[in-house]
Amino acid sequence: MFSTFRTSGVPARLQALPFALVFLLFFIVPLALVVLVSFWDYNDYAILPHFTFRSYTETFEGCYDQLPNLCTILKTYVSTVKFCFIVWLLTLVIGFTVAYFVAFHIRSTTMQMTLFLICTIPFWTSNVIRMISWIPLLGRNGLLNTTLQSMGITHAPVEWFLYSEFSVILAFVHLFTFFMVVPIFNSMMRIDRNLLEAAYDAGATGWQTLWNVVVPLAKPGIVIGSIFVITIVMGDFITVGVMGGEQIASAGKIIETRLNALQFPPAAANAVILLGCTLLIIAALTRIVDMRKEL
Amino acid sequence: MRDGRPASFYWLALFFGLFVLFLYGPTITIFILSFQGPNGGMTFPMNGVSLHWFEKLWAGGGIVDINSAFQRSLELGVVVMILTVILSVLAGLAYRKRFFGDGLLFYVTVASLIVPSIVTSLGIALQFRLIDDAVKNYAPAWVSDGLSTTMGLFTSGLGAHLTWTLPFGLLVMFAIFNRFDSRLEEAARDLGATPWQTFAHVILPIILPSVIGIGLFGFTLSWDEIARSSQAIGEHNTLPMELQALTTTVTTPEIYALGTVTTTVSFLVIGCALVSILILRNRQARFGSDAGKA
Repeated sequence: MFSTFRTSGVPARLQALPFALVFLLFFIVPLALVVLVSFWDYNDYAILPHFTFRSYTETFEGCYDQLPNLCTILKTYVSTVKFCFIVWLLTLVIGFTVAYFVAFHIRSTTMQMTLFLICTIPFWTSNVIRMISWIPLLGRNGLLNTTLQSMGITHAPVEWFLYSEFSVILAFVHLFTFFMVVPIFNSMMRIDRNLLEAAYDAGATGWQTLWNVVVPLAKPGIVIGSIFVITIVMGDFITVGVMGGEQIASAGKIIETRLNALQFPPAAANAVILLGCTLLIIAALTRIVDMRKEL
Repeated sequence: MRDGRPASFYWLALFFGLFVLFLYGPTITIFILSFQGPNGGMTFPMNGVSLHWFEKLWAGGGIVDINSAFQRSLELGVVVMILTVILSVLAGLAYRKRFFGDGLLFYVTVASLIVPSIVTSLGIALQFRLIDDAVKNYAPAWVSDGLSTTMGLFTSGLGAHLTWTLPFGLLVMFAIFNRFDSRLEEAARDLGATPWQTFAHVILPIILPSVIGIGLFGFTLSWDEIARSSQAIGEHNTLPMELQALTTTVTTPEIYALGTVTTTVSFLVIGCALVSILILRNRQARFGSDAGKA
């Protein structure tokens, strides 16, 4: 094999071939199958390869008649998008503030890297462990409830701390703010510090500098971080399952439930719908900034 | 810039401190609680201090067969790590030149990060279902007889994990080669080095710290991966999947002990990688060229 190196070097397409094959076999083909199978028929035992819209019509069954009330699937999507929006907003504000502090207020590079590493370390632990680590804090007999009761603020345990929308959002923010911090920090580090100095000399206040100089220049990082957070939250079924006590519906959860019942075509149809929604949101975001220029 | 700290510095420092507390607090809590005494529950206060729950975990037979799940995750993680390094480095080298479909491959790679994991996982499950059908119907009897499914840790599972680790690997390679000084290569070529010698003696030593980084990324991403494994791993679960299943059934600190153990493995792997990167940096600093330095 190495003899070819000696004469001419390996052609680039051969070097990229194994990499490309992995994505062809385990990403492109499976994705195509999801779309194909979503149009197939099924019974209790098997997938039947006949073209039909059955999986889609069943998914949206009764939705039109119930209007203006929302049917189950639409309700689920509304709640998923709602989660997505809240988590996006919180991670953005927290992530931006943290990145801003480290990038602009810390002066030595060593200190910057140290603080950055401190934010990274919790990410080394598995997500499930970081989720269950909230249980002793938020549970009925958890630290928060016992503290509140011993201080006399509440007299009975507060139930909505755990296995609720609150705990799901808390876990999402806990797990994924990191995905905002990294790209925003990266964008901020590329901002020419002279621009800030110029804004100051021109008499801009701190807020004006932040809003008119830093935010526009950090936009690529904001968009990349947002895409990460949004795609994760839209497709998630694990965090919602564990932190919601298996009580809260989400788009990812529908797919998982269908799959556990071995109903592949409806699962595939729901996957196509989820993918469509996610891509729509991302398309809207990428209109704000040209990703290709920023990489 | 200007001297002195503005007031905003202190507010932001406070915010940062609270954020770090928010990040670490819960994890430290379960770390402490995993040393709960034999009669202790899943919350504070501690009822004695012991290694009881670790022993119980180690003895097995308690909640689940942790040892084999642990071993499966470890094996898969190592294979994913090796393949991620090799394929990412090769692809990274390819992207320094142009090749047919380079733009398309880049978009597919990024798409793999963006498409929700459950969708990819479902697709791989469907694919192997169809492969199973084909094997059962068309393969010779000696192949198909004993076979229940072609899905498995090192077929569908490996593929699923690679679609998650490789995009990170490629992005890191882009970052490395953006900063790579190609004059070093030209110098090697001018001195008569073959492409392989140039790679082995010039390029690889320079990029090695980042390559170790890719390997470590690959291992930990695979070690913690659930969403893609959920439908695509076959009959046997990996450790994080076991852990997820346990969250609804186990009501003893044993689950915290398990959490502490897997966290320790992550820390050990990353610690080893960081140390080797530092050693390599030092070596480069000591033996590297001093050309251009005062």
